[in-house]
Amino acid sequence: MPNMSLKKNEMPAQEPNVRNKNFSEVALGYTEEQAVDEANRCLNCKNKPCVGGCPVSIDIPEFIAKIREKDFEGAYQIISKSSSLPAVCGRVCPQETQCESKCVRGIKGEPVAIGRLERFVADWHNKNCTEAPKAPEKNGHKCAIIGAGPSGLTCAGDLAKMGYDVTVFEALHLAGGVLVYGIPEFRLPKAIVAHEVENLKALGVKIETNVVIGKTIEVDELFEQGFEAIFIGSGAGLPRFMNIPGENLKGVYSANEFLTRVNLMKAYKEGSDTPIKKNSSVAVVGGGNVAMDAARCAKRLGAENVYIVYRRGLEEMPARKEEVEHAMEEGIIFKTLNNPVEILGDEHKFVTGMKCIEMELGEPDASGRRRPVEKKDSEFTLDVDCVVMSIGTSPNPLIRNTTKGLETNKHGCFVADEVGQTSREGVFAGGDAVTGAATVILAMGAGKTAAKAMDEYIKSKNA
Amino acid sequence: MYKIVRKKELNPTVTLMEIDAPLVAKKAEPGQFIILRVNEDGERIPLTVADYDREKGTVTIIFQIVGATTELLNHKNEGEYIQDFVGPLGKATETEGLKKVAVVGGGVGCAIAYPVAKKLHDNGCEVHSIVGFRNKDLVILEDEFNAASNVLKIMTDDGSYGTKGLVTDALKALIDEGNQYDEVIAIGPVIMMKFVCKLTKEYGIKTMVSMNPIMIDGTGMCGGCRLTVGGETKFACVDGPDFDGHLVDFDEALERGSMYREFEQAKREEVCNLFKGVK
Repeated sequence: MPNMSLKKNEMPAQEPNVRNKNFSEVALGYTEEQAVDEANRCLNCKNKPCVGGCPVSIDIPEFIAKIREKDFEGAYQIISKSSSLPAVCGRVCPQETQCESKCVRGIKGEPVAIGRLERFVADWHNKNCTEAPKAPEKNGHKCAIIGAGPSGLTCAGDLAKMGYDVTVFEALHLAGGVLVYGIPEFRLPKAIVAHEVENLKALGVKIETNVVIGKTIEVDELFEQGFEAIFIGSGAGLPRFMNIPGENLKGVYSANEFLTRVNLMKAYKEGSDTPIKKNSSVAVVGGGNVAMDAARCAKRLGAENVYIVYRRGLEEMPARKEEVEHAMEEGIIFKTLNNPVEILGDEHKFVTGMKCIEMELGEPDASGRRRPVEKKDSEFTLDVDCVVMSIGTSPNPLIRNTTKGLETNKHGCFVADEVGQTSREGVFAGGDAVTGAATVILAMGAGKTAAKAMDEYIKSKNA
Repeated sequence: MYKIVRKKELNPTVTLMEIDAPLVAKKAEPGQFIILRVNEDGERIPLTVADYDREKGTVTIIFQIVGATTELLNHKNEGEYIQDFVGPLGKATETEGLKKVAVVGGGVGCAIAYPVAKKLHDNGCEVHSIVGFRNKDLVILEDEFNAASNVLKIMTDDGSYGTKGLVTDALKALIDEGNQYDEVIAIGPVIMMKFVCKLTKEYGIKTMVSMNPIMIDGTGMCGGCRLTVGGETKFACVDGPDFDGHLVDFDEALERGSMYREFEQAKREEVCNLFKGVK
């Protein structure tokens, strides 16, 4: 008999007032009992609607069935057929709008906690199966991957499994992309990312850090070096600013800089060589997942008041509901329907406040969301000594500026077809570099699709 | 890991290191920079390329010991390794078509000005170099500048070497003598570049400066290196580091550069104390 409880098994988590002072992981993961109990909520539908909601088409009912049988390694094997980074996806995928949104159990009650089960399986495997995967026999063809983020790592893993000799070029000193510089430790422990990267290396993938494609080596040189197909997964790394007065004051950060200092450079650790300003009140501008991450980091660094300043309402926030809830529990103050107009500073040019204006929602705009409009004479000043701008990013120009024949659109994103083929033969692209800022799992899906297309391309060329 | 193949103390606070980094050496041009980390968990710091040898595959950096990271770096010896070394980053200095140029260097900024002077000189451009230091003990690269310049003026604040005075005094004198420069290239402390630009603006001489703000990744990702140029926000790492000096908001750059001064000083003392314990 399936478990007919209308509610998901709750995720064990650190208490809000404890976790907002440390950088350890917030969600602690299911126990075996909880996982099996949750797995029993799955009705094992024949038509598998959940699979259609997964960007990498994991056979969800199959792996859940294995959990029910307590064959956790079996469950892992099913997931890893489709996903190269299950421990990551189980944590950061927006399951509520993907697989779980299609779950039949969600019609009446809560859907099966697919994401939490995926995480359970991946963590179980990482804890109990220490054997590294074996490198498959090489087929003698070389592929290059630009960027060691979610799309690049996925593409690399799939190609390596097919027998390709794969080299990943990464600009930073560490592989992982947004998984290491952006998403904080308390949401995605870096040891998990490192483990996934080690697994790729065991498959024979070479990772060259400290190589900026477009600067250190150009795309054309990669072809000269014998790479037959190239995948560009360089992400959308360029931060946007609002262009309001005071944005260059000391204490104004892009979310990228703030998070990179905290995560990649470990400024949260006592004695770190990389400085971060100590703040008492922080305003984070924006309403996405990145804004939630920045706000929660600021709180953990010791700020007394942390505000999310967002020009639309709570309903319109693009961040995942779970992230918003976690932030609220941790004491982040939500100032929705407010928009910054100026950042104020003292005589030494340090931030002392942010002037905001209240907003109200008008008619829907092009995005379908109601357009925020300013309320007259509603200006007020928020006393803050730090402002983090988290209003989006654009693709990096380094590759498009140095590579001939690569078409980009007006936003600077690479133009690629549904399998990732760009305007240049042998060059594929995917992830944020093509779509603009999106999610980890969409980037992974693109990396996966491109790997298949690269394989077909190389085979057809050598046929 | 990147090997230190040569180390030379240029003066008590400035050190030269030649690093084995063939990929960077193959592409580096004057005006570009690299980012390095001395050790695991270390800070990423940008340093401008002082020289390169494409054949040998080495890149030379010259740094002043100002903070914890440069202190740590200075404790590394020939034959030892540094953790990370990435580049070349930023745009190269434009030297094309220039026939007569005044290159102005200040302090350790001379290390960056030198390869620019050398490249111009190699291209057949007439180079007048003006280099300024606080005193005689801090003078670096005199022979190198001599070889790369048609005219070399050395200035010291206290008159202990060369001529007593500021680089702007020497530049003004050269201009007043009737030298017509296509361009002035000024590299050094922000305050020096500010005053060089103030002077050349009066004379209407185009002036390029090399900005060295705080940065992390060096590829346009963090935006920490932003500065205002002609009323627009620019990122020094991808849009520069060279900018039209008459458009740069130097006062803002000075302020931004001081953001972590206290932290840096405390951190450096920490490192110094650490090494005192060892030695």
